[in-house]
Amino acid sequence: MKKRSLIPILYILFLMLPIYWLVAMSFKTTNEILSGFSLFPQTFTLENYRVIFTDPTWYWGYINSIIYVSLNTVISIIVALPAAYAFSRYSFLGDKQLFFWLLTNRMAPAAVFALPFFQLYSAVGLFDTHLAVALAHCLFNIPLAVWILEGFMSGVPKELDETAYVDGYSFPRFFVSIFLPTIKAGVGVAAFFCFMFSWVELLLAKTLTAVAAKPIAATMTKTASSAGYELGLLAAAGTLTIIPGAIVIYFVRNYIAKGFALGRV
Amino acid sequence: MKTQNQYGWYFVLPVLLLVAFNALIPMMTVVNYSVQETFGDNVFFWQGLDWFEQILRSDRFHAALGRQFLFTGLILAIEIPLGIIIALAMPRQGFWVPVCLVTMALPMLIPWNVVGAMWNIFTLPEIGLLGYFMNNTLGISYDMTQDPIAAWVTIVTMDVWHWTSLVVLLSYAGLVSIPDAYYQAAKIDGASPWSVFRHIQLPKMKTVLTIAILLRFMDSFNIYTEPFVLTGGGPGNSTTLLSIDLVKIALGQFDLGPAAAMSLIYFAITLLVSWLFYTLMTKDDGK
Repeated sequence: MKKRSLIPILYILFLMLPIYWLVAMSFKTTNEILSGFSLFPQTFTLENYRVIFTDPTWYWGYINSIIYVSLNTVISIIVALPAAYAFSRYSFLGDKQLFFWLLTNRMAPAAVFALPFFQLYSAVGLFDTHLAVALAHCLFNIPLAVWILEGFMSGVPKELDETAYVDGYSFPRFFVSIFLPTIKAGVGVAAFFCFMFSWVELLLAKTLTAVAAKPIAATMTKTASSAGYELGLLAAAGTLTIIPGAIVIYFVRNYIAKGFALGRV
Repeated sequence: MKTQNQYGWYFVLPVLLLVAFNALIPMMTVVNYSVQETFGDNVFFWQGLDWFEQILRSDRFHAALGRQFLFTGLILAIEIPLGIIIALAMPRQGFWVPVCLVTMALPMLIPWNVVGAMWNIFTLPEIGLLGYFMNNTLGISYDMTQDPIAAWVTIVTMDVWHWTSLVVLLSYAGLVSIPDAYYQAAKIDGASPWSVFRHIQLPKMKTVLTIAILLRFMDSFNIYTEPFVLTGGGPGNSTTLLSIDLVKIALGQFDLGPAAAMSLIYFAITLLVSWLFYTLMTKDDGK
């Protein structure tokens, strides 16, 4: 038993090392970073974080990211719920083909879509808005949300629907007051995944924004090139991008394994 | 059984409209570019299938495709077995389960360019933790900006760091769904740990492993941001994977026609391989 638990411990250690290094760097001064190797920060400083929290180009990056990620999560879930219900309950002409087509959108490399997306969203006047990024991320988040929700919904017996109709519930009332609470774990997991993939994606978010809706990740790449070697600042910004993810994982921790299996275990 | 009617279409309509807007219009734009030549000013000339022929015959495309298959092959060969081993060794209940799950999921929630930047800082030869350790403590010369082998080791290690947890979590979900009775029966029969794995655990993990292999294939085949930030495709062209090469052609050289043709070929390969994997892995499911 002792020997067995060594494997996860070593693995977690391996996962934490680069994260530790990023966090340690963020508390060092630029001088210390460039002057040589030190395992722990010698002159502990919060200067890097102060810069981020006082400079609008930095902190607006975070606000922009959070706005479009939340917007995307809400849109994806609202649209995916009825579709997932249809796939789990009804059999209609072309349902399998439609489901597969939805999934193929996850297979398209984002690099393929970067330029056409820029032209499309410029043409409809949404370029450099939060809505543009939120809608663009629907391309890969809606299929995923439908897939996860369908998995969870298929686990709910059909008798639940039928009993509710016999009891005189209308469809919308049944869906909101009985069905949704039954699959709330699934909704949480789907929302978590939409949040996650919208939060980590950069290529489309960067292509569709210039100034007003620029995501934090794009602010970072700009700094990396223009300010030269401000590694401490970069590390502090990177550390701050880990925090929202850590918070949302905490909320779904009990469902996370089932969630990654798309509700299909 | 499912109800047989056409009402389903009303429910999927919003999804259909949104995804079609995002997928069909850009895809048609790409198709449009792929058969035309432009010299700017929005003037286009019909080019037919010339770009496709040019891409399919170019050594540059073959080289990038080869590197892409090597990368994806290495990723699958390392991450799938490693993920299963870690999932098997994880505790099944108690306080440590959520701790393991949350810490393991953490790398997947870090923005992809931050992952690249983090590994860049981590591997810098003189001031990065790994770079310093390799060069000064172990005495192995390691600099991924100079040495193609080091660059490859670094991007593969980075991806293992980033995504093995996905395989772990999926396998773990499959393992905890096995009822205790199965293990008890195996114990009575005196089954060895290997035959428990081969005849009880592996079959139960089949669905989730199918999902894991498909997701890992699709995502590693389309990978762009992390290796781009980490190595920029270098040194030379040694880590220029398909996506990186595509963006170089499309946005760097602004050769829209060839880039569009390459996009379509790229997408077709991804679809074909995903479909092959899917059919092979689910072919005995019909029972």
